Amino acid sequence: MSCEKMESRIVGYVDGRLKESERLDVEKHLVACAPCQLRVEEFRAVSGLLDELPVIEPSPAFDARVHALVAAEPVKQSWWAWMRISPRVAFAASTLLLATLWLGFYQRQQPPLPWGNPQVADEQMMQDLPVLEDHDVLSNFEPLKELPPPVQAEELSDAQQQM
Amino acid sequence: MLDVKAGDEASFELLLHRYRTPLVNFLYRMVRNREQAEDLAQDVFLRVYRAREDYVPSAKFTTWLFRIATNLALNSVRDNRYQKLEVSIDAPVTMNAEEGDERPLDIPEKHPNIEQHLVEDARKKMIRHAIDKLPEKQRAAVLLHKYQELDYAEIAKILSCSESALKSLLFRAYESLRVELAPLVAQQVRNQG
Repeated sequence: MSCEKMESRIVGYVDGRLKESERLDVEKHLVACAPCQLRVEEFRAVSGLLDELPVIEPSPAFDARVHALVAAEPVKQSWWAWMRISPRVAFAASTLLLATLWLGFYQRQQPPLPWGNPQVADEQMMQDLPVLEDHDVLSNFEPLKELPPPVQAEELSDAQQQM
Repeated sequence: MLDVKAGDEASFELLLHRYRTPLVNFLYRMVRNREQAEDLAQDVFLRVYRAREDYVPSAKFTTWLFRIATNLALNSVRDNRYQKLEVSIDAPVTMNAEEGDERPLDIPEKHPNIEQHLVEDARKKMIRHAIDKLPEKQRAAVLLHKYQELDYAEIAKILSCSESALKSLLFRAYESLRVELAPLVAQQVRNQG
């Protein structure tokens, strides 16, 4: 193994995190390489110095502050949870849905309206025409006889008298 | 975390209890300010709480946790880089938090081991200073590797790099520390020999 390759393994070797095969390779190299041997000793010294830094404890109020932050978080609710807490809205929505379904069903039961199709509408109108033009019915209609004569007819009779 | 996802508040409490000290220490060593480190650690826990419903166990929980913490720390370090230049000369001189709460520097009382105490203080200060001088990513790699004892694959995921890039980062970091701490390293090697 070369000194360059040692660079990727030396920290792992110092901290004992190499695989067995890698460790044996490193040790084989170290036997024949004094500079790398010195570097390993120095890295081991660095690792030992890093161990000297003491551990600090979080302040006593740390947990309380985390709890306060968590408690201040808005409660996240799902759509169904929203439905649960609002039964009126749920009732209104279901009623609306039922009404829509019923209307749809009711309209399907009704006969089609004539004005839907222009040709059908025309035929219907032609069938109704005889009723409208039945003059016998209109001339023999009793209530019409009780009506006062038209104004134009009165004026004509006055003019004839003057003449 | 899956219990927290299921709404178990006691499990969140367990996570808080288990990870608060490692997180605060990691963040303190990253940002060098205890108050800021605690604020960031609280932010990490809050983000964990917020993300509980969407949590998918695709990686180890510690990897996910320290990834959040590392990102927050790196952002904070970058934001603070310029603020440090604006520190008032009237600001009180403080001791480091590793010796207790930050407090104004006072003259130590007469003590039989005072000299030894001062030597130890100077030594720790030198080590902290050497870590501080590392580039942020190298610092994060060393702290995660040395103090959190995470394996290479986890640290590589946290730092979003390959394992070989991580090994290179660690080598360069240890090289810088070796040079920066040369007097202490030499002393240590002599003691080992």
